[in-house]
Amino acid sequence: MEYVKGVPLLRPYIDYDNQEFWLAHREEKLVFQKCTYCGKIIHRPKPMCPACLSTDMEWIESTGLGTIYSWTTFVYDRAAYPGIRVPYIVVLVEMSEGVRLVSNIEDVTSEEMYIGMPVEVFFDKVSDDLTLPKFRKRKVKK
Amino acid sequence: MFDQYLSRRYQKFGRPDPSAYLIKDKTAIAGIGATEFSKNSGRSELQMACEAIIDAVEDAGLKMEQIDGLVKFAMDYTDEMHLVSALGIKDLAFFAECGWGGGACCSTISHAAAAVATGMAKYVVCYRAMNERSGRRYGRVPGVETVMAAPNDHYGYIMPYGLAVPPSWVALFGTRYMHDYNVTAEQLGWVSVVLREHACMNPEAMFYGVPATLEDYMASKMIVEPLRLYDCCVDSDGACAIIVTTTERAKDLKQTPAVIMGAVQGIAEQGEMMTSLYRPKISLLPEVWYAGQELWRVSGVTPKDVDVAQFYDAFSPLIPMQMEEYGFVEEGEGALFCEGGERIRIGGELPCNTSGGHLSEAYIHGMNLINEAVRQVRGTSTGQVDDVEISLVTGGLGVPTSAILLRR
Repeated sequence: MEYVKGVPLLRPYIDYDNQEFWLAHREEKLVFQKCTYCGKIIHRPKPMCPACLSTDMEWIESTGLGTIYSWTTFVYDRAAYPGIRVPYIVVLVEMSEGVRLVSNIEDVTSEEMYIGMPVEVFFDKVSDDLTLPKFRKRKVKK
Repeated sequence: MFDQYLSRRYQKFGRPDPSAYLIKDKTAIAGIGATEFSKNSGRSELQMACEAIIDAVEDAGLKMEQIDGLVKFAMDYTDEMHLVSALGIKDLAFFAECGWGGGACCSTISHAAAAVATGMAKYVVCYRAMNERSGRRYGRVPGVETVMAAPNDHYGYIMPYGLAVPPSWVALFGTRYMHDYNVTAEQLGWVSVVLREHACMNPEAMFYGVPATLEDYMASKMIVEPLRLYDCCVDSDGACAIIVTTTERAKDLKQTPAVIMGAVQGIAEQGEMMTSLYRPKISLLPEVWYAGQELWRVSGVTPKDVDVAQFYDAFSPLIPMQMEEYGFVEEGEGALFCEGGERIRIGGELPCNTSGGHLSEAYIHGMNLINEAVRQVRGTSTGQVDDVEISLVTGGLGVPTSAILLRR
């Protein structure tokens, strides 16, 4: 993916509820919230477990492995974020932990994309203060 | 089939008895108004709001001083303060605002109907005014850094990846919907083509006089896969206003009342503003399904009783998705229902978006759809369906949603 210099980066809004998720990226870790009471794994981060309303939550490190649940390719530059050169692909990844997250996939063309494609996480240091988890196609041993 | 649909999930909810619902039959839409729809209105949103409200007041045969309630969109850049001042309204007993983009359109009617049914106000105006084409256009990435602050922190999980415009948000759902139910581009194309046909019958439509074929649809520019240009609504400048009162009062006014059978809202589990991506299945729309259940519960009718429908159509896949969730067809059969266009055009089994809808008339956040549903009840649409008894409008989806059901 090619970022366009001079266009402001879009940064996540970091607050009490989600700071562990975002700050972990700087250490190249993908983490999800887990309810220590009922065991449910949650994304996006929340102040409490929606299944049992426990506020006793911990953060677990993800395997980084997932599959493509859905995707879209930005083709038309005027209907895209001008900070990334089109075409670029946004993916919705279903992680092995059972949660989904939005990200980008690299080194894959739109024609090669399919639902169910195995992917793995890597970390893209977009700027000094912004590291994002992104995905690449994963080879699966048969 | 409908029983099967109801049994899918609904029975577990304990809801009030329909007899407790004060809105049904007792409230009505008495007046509608609008400005022209254009690419550049050349005037302020406040002025357009005033013009549409004056138009609706005249349509109803009321005087401005009789207006005692106002419901606005939270996203509207005008408000009660400026309107009261500009329109010379002396007293306003009831005012409210409805959130979640186009999800607000039918919500405004439910707020207004609740106010008149409970005696809080007599004549309530619902309105929307937007220079969405010449001004702050949704299809362009705005200064989104500020957009992401709480309570919009959910955008922080998508925007940094460039997932920053409405068509792309719907595209993620669309890809999965097409995959899960083997939906083809041509099937979506028929939605777009039929709505264009309807717009070509409506001189007020932005695409009046601009017909399009399925070949034109397939050849239209890819915007964000799988959505083409013709899958996207037409960004517009314009305003609409609607007056709600009791049916009894409406009968003494100028127009045939469009009687409200149901006006409902819905948010469902893990529902977010355009980012409901973390649910078990994203090719379903639980809030739409829930609003549908509420609508059929309070109104006492079923989808087969509906004569004409205005589905919220910011993007073409949303029409078949809604048909499924409102129970007009089985899960996964919406796009098949639209294929060929026969069933959804005027004269078909379920005529849809008879003024051209958002795809081809104008995009006024659902309010122009409500105006069209009222015209269908009155018998004055340019795309009039024969013998309309019951007319449906649905609100924006992929967001907290709303719907209304009107009758003659």
